[in-house]
Amino acid sequence: MTNEELLEIIEKENADTAKYRHRLGVCTGTGCMSSRSDAILKELQAEVKNRGLENEVQVKKVGCLGLCAAGPIISIQPENIFYREMTPEDAVSVIDSLDKEPLREKMIDTSEPFFYRQEKNALSNAGVVDPERIEDYIAMGGYAALIRAITEMTPVDIIQQILSSGLRGRGGAGYPTGLKWSTVAKVSSDLKYVVCNADEGDPGAFMDRSVLESDPHRVLEGMAIAAFAVGASQGYIYVRAEYPLAIKRMRAAIKQAEKIGLLGQDICGTPFNFKVDVRLGAGAFVCGEETALLNSIEGNRGMPRLRPPFPAESGLFQKPTLVNNVETFANVSSIISDGGKWFARIGTEKSKGTKVFALTGKIKNTGLIEVPMGITLREIVYDIGGGIPNGRKFKAIQTGGPSGGCIPAEHLDTPVDYESLKALGSMMGSGGMIVIDDTSNMIDMARFFMEFSMEESCGKCAPCRVGTVQLYNLLGKFQQGEATENDLFILEELCDVVRNTSLCGLGQAAPNPIVSTLRYFRNEYLEKIKPSADQAKEKSQ
Amino acid sequence: MKKETKKDKKLRLATIWLDGCSGCHMSFLDIDERILLLAEKVDIVFSPLVDVKEFPEDVDITLIEGALGTEEDLHKLMKIRPRTKILVAFGDCAITANIPSMRNPFGTEATLNHVYLEMGADRPQIPTQGVPPLLPRALPLHNYVKVDVFIPGCPPSADTIFFALTELIEGRTPELSQMTRFGA
Amino acid sequence: MSPTNSIKTFTIDGKPVSATESETILDVARQNGVNIPTLCNMDGLTSTGQCRLCMVEIGGSNRLVPSCVSKPEEGMEVTTESPRLLKYRQMILELLFSERNHICAVCVTNGNCELQSMSQRLGVDHVRYQYLNPQFKVDGSHPKYEVDHNRCILCGRCVRVCDEIEGAHTRDLRNRGINTLVITDFDGPWGESKSCTSCGKCVHVCPTGALAEKGKSVAEMAKRRQFLPYLVMRRKGASK
Repeated sequence: MTNEELLEIIEKENADTAKYRHRLGVCTGTGCMSSRSDAILKELQAEVKNRGLENEVQVKKVGCLGLCAAGPIISIQPENIFYREMTPEDAVSVIDSLDKEPLREKMIDTSEPFFYRQEKNALSNAGVVDPERIEDYIAMGGYAALIRAITEMTPVDIIQQILSSGLRGRGGAGYPTGLKWSTVAKVSSDLKYVVCNADEGDPGAFMDRSVLESDPHRVLEGMAIAAFAVGASQGYIYVRAEYPLAIKRMRAAIKQAEKIGLLGQDICGTPFNFKVDVRLGAGAFVCGEETALLNSIEGNRGMPRLRPPFPAESGLFQKPTLVNNVETFANVSSIISDGGKWFARIGTEKSKGTKVFALTGKIKNTGLIEVPMGITLREIVYDIGGGIPNGRKFKAIQTGGPSGGCIPAEHLDTPVDYESLKALGSMMGSGGMIVIDDTSNMIDMARFFMEFSMEESCGKCAPCRVGTVQLYNLLGKFQQGEATENDLFILEELCDVVRNTSLCGLGQAAPNPIVSTLRYFRNEYLEKIKPSADQAKEKSQ
Repeated sequence: MKKETKKDKKLRLATIWLDGCSGCHMSFLDIDERILLLAEKVDIVFSPLVDVKEFPEDVDITLIEGALGTEEDLHKLMKIRPRTKILVAFGDCAITANIPSMRNPFGTEATLNHVYLEMGADRPQIPTQGVPPLLPRALPLHNYVKVDVFIPGCPPSADTIFFALTELIEGRTPELSQMTRFGA
Repeated sequence: MSPTNSIKTFTIDGKPVSATESETILDVARQNGVNIPTLCNMDGLTSTGQCRLCMVEIGGSNRLVPSCVSKPEEGMEVTTESPRLLKYRQMILELLFSERNHICAVCVTNGNCELQSMSQRLGVDHVRYQYLNPQFKVDGSHPKYEVDHNRCILCGRCVRVCDEIEGAHTRDLRNRGINTLVITDFDGPWGESKSCTSCGKCVHVCPTGALAEKGKSVAEMAKRRQFLPYLVMRRKGASK
């Protein structure tokens, strides 16, 4: 594959697109599929065929359009109309309306902040390309960055661009991506690996799934560029088995890319070889922890290893390994195309670019969003998210899943960046945002996450294995109003020991939901403490 | 106010066994003639060893042997705690629920059925008359009340017990970790 | 391997010490008579840093590190005893005691148990957490040995000795979190294991009474650990 061949594909695709008067995109993300968007797709295709409009109206599947609350969604181009809550029965009226008055009652108002306040990079193709066609991706400029990287740039140049972009790991910890790449690049080894961590497991998080389902080639391209930069020849995408659609599309994407020589041997006529395989996770949250993930790929029990040595030095099969998250890789190609400086123009001083969030909970616009770093939580909740439904009051927003914490209303004007969220006792995490309204109790919420951590503990170290169970049980005592002051003391003490002595990040972060709710909603705990016998006596006297 | 010296007033010592085997009390008796030394310093105001029916007020030190196995045990403990200055968990059962807790994994009902019905007694029946109901789980004292001193051991040795009491009488907290342990 | 010319000097509890490149903080501490508490570590087996008792403080950092797997750095100031470390170690022991059914008074290793002696050493005289009292089975199907999971602390020594020293890998783990269980082969009865060589190494490295020889009564099961340093020494000799 050369640049010329790439341009040929683009020209052909553009010519094909131009011949259609209307192009209908049906969202086939998991959310919309579960409300029968595949049937809608079939109905629309059948209707177009019945009317002999195949050469005028294109009907294709696209990835996630973001506003999952309104799904299933279809988009109509070039009119830029979006319809909400479609059913297969709507197919006839949708085709009827083409060239005529649109279906007003089904239209989504695209002038809302949900649309104009977002800024898309990792998701720029989501909802636009057919995720199962490499040509679609190429037509949107895909793989140009890879070809440029391997034919015109040196690994050092590439890493320099990533460094200057300020991109940080999107899996949650926020480690500078360029630094990680340069470390792996500097270790000399006969064999190196690039691993994509797609073991997204936080409750309420579906960023990585959506990226893989909507635009798998973008991730592959990012991985290939990374492999070239660090000198790796084998890649693995570790996806949890609970994401069958993402797995299917990723496998298809790998085949397509191999077929036209964008993956495999002698890519673009250069000596660069890169092969990618998919590995499935068997549903353990801890395998999202990079060393446990590597153990799992090796075929071992998914238990974390001790660091150091870090995977960059000794990772998969004891070889230097670059592990990045899906969204991190999805940001790479545009940095190479447009330059690190272009990427760094968005965001705050230390957190650059855009970030994908899965917005869920008590919020009107449940869905997938991508926003510039530095946007405030208030803008996310009230502008993009459309506020709290049913006239309820905002109480808190949980970020970072079971490893993160809650942020109360008084901090809504905090800019979203790695450091600010951490200072509030929460974390960026991989991008789950769960909005909590005033009908929810914070102890219930903390216990929900503690139950999750307890069930997902791998069992290797005692503080996490037993500590999470004890914490979960103690929270149960609070829920039932059976707790004593001593229980509160023990609760805080246990949070401290689990956080400071657990072996891996999962255990170390497991107490966060309790610590942060104690920080902001301590009263809810105190209200649940049963008066001691002495206090009860005093009261009655 | 006149400051009382130890000579003025003997300390009031109580001992009791709850869900235990009395082994700790046997070990207590093993201090032998040293009980005379003890008698110079304390009055035993309540104990299986003396004939007092009602647990008295104003006890300085109470040694409690045994776990909380029945509702009666719990009732006694709740009575003892406010009447005692220094409450001592005396032996492993009081501290960890030890042997009585071996029924915990199975639950009360399964335990009673197994012991009274399934073991082939002549007249299989679960006793209900004149015996207090079992608590759902046998538990250590400190799960219900504040415990001031723990003397591990099954049973703690006579030397340990004598040392612990001597220290308590002298107003010190006994440091026992070198003398005894769980299961000692 | 690189020559051992890069000797590191650092301090343990204020005392100047030195380490070769391959030595961990725990190794050096032991050489210098500093006895850092451990439960999962055993000389001759891979260190996994999972019991968390050997955590030590490093000057200038708030983060604790497991000394059994951490290499010292030049000028490092290691503290092995502090009120904070003692508190954490005690709490970890309390958690271990609360996890399963550890009843010393009726245990075959009463008096020979590392969990028991560690609690004595660290002054754990009661457990403030609720006992979880789970129900675990005893597997007595092996003619010579038995396993009582009620007494297991999941230190992983038996798994490692079987894999690394005996080479049988009869043991591994199943389930996760609090339900983690040491299993024999594919979770079958020990007596029916095809891979077990009945060597008994697992029994003798087990720190508690979870693994024991049959026919032993309370406090009769003393563990014989001498075989391990001997085997390791012979192997090192053979590889030279």
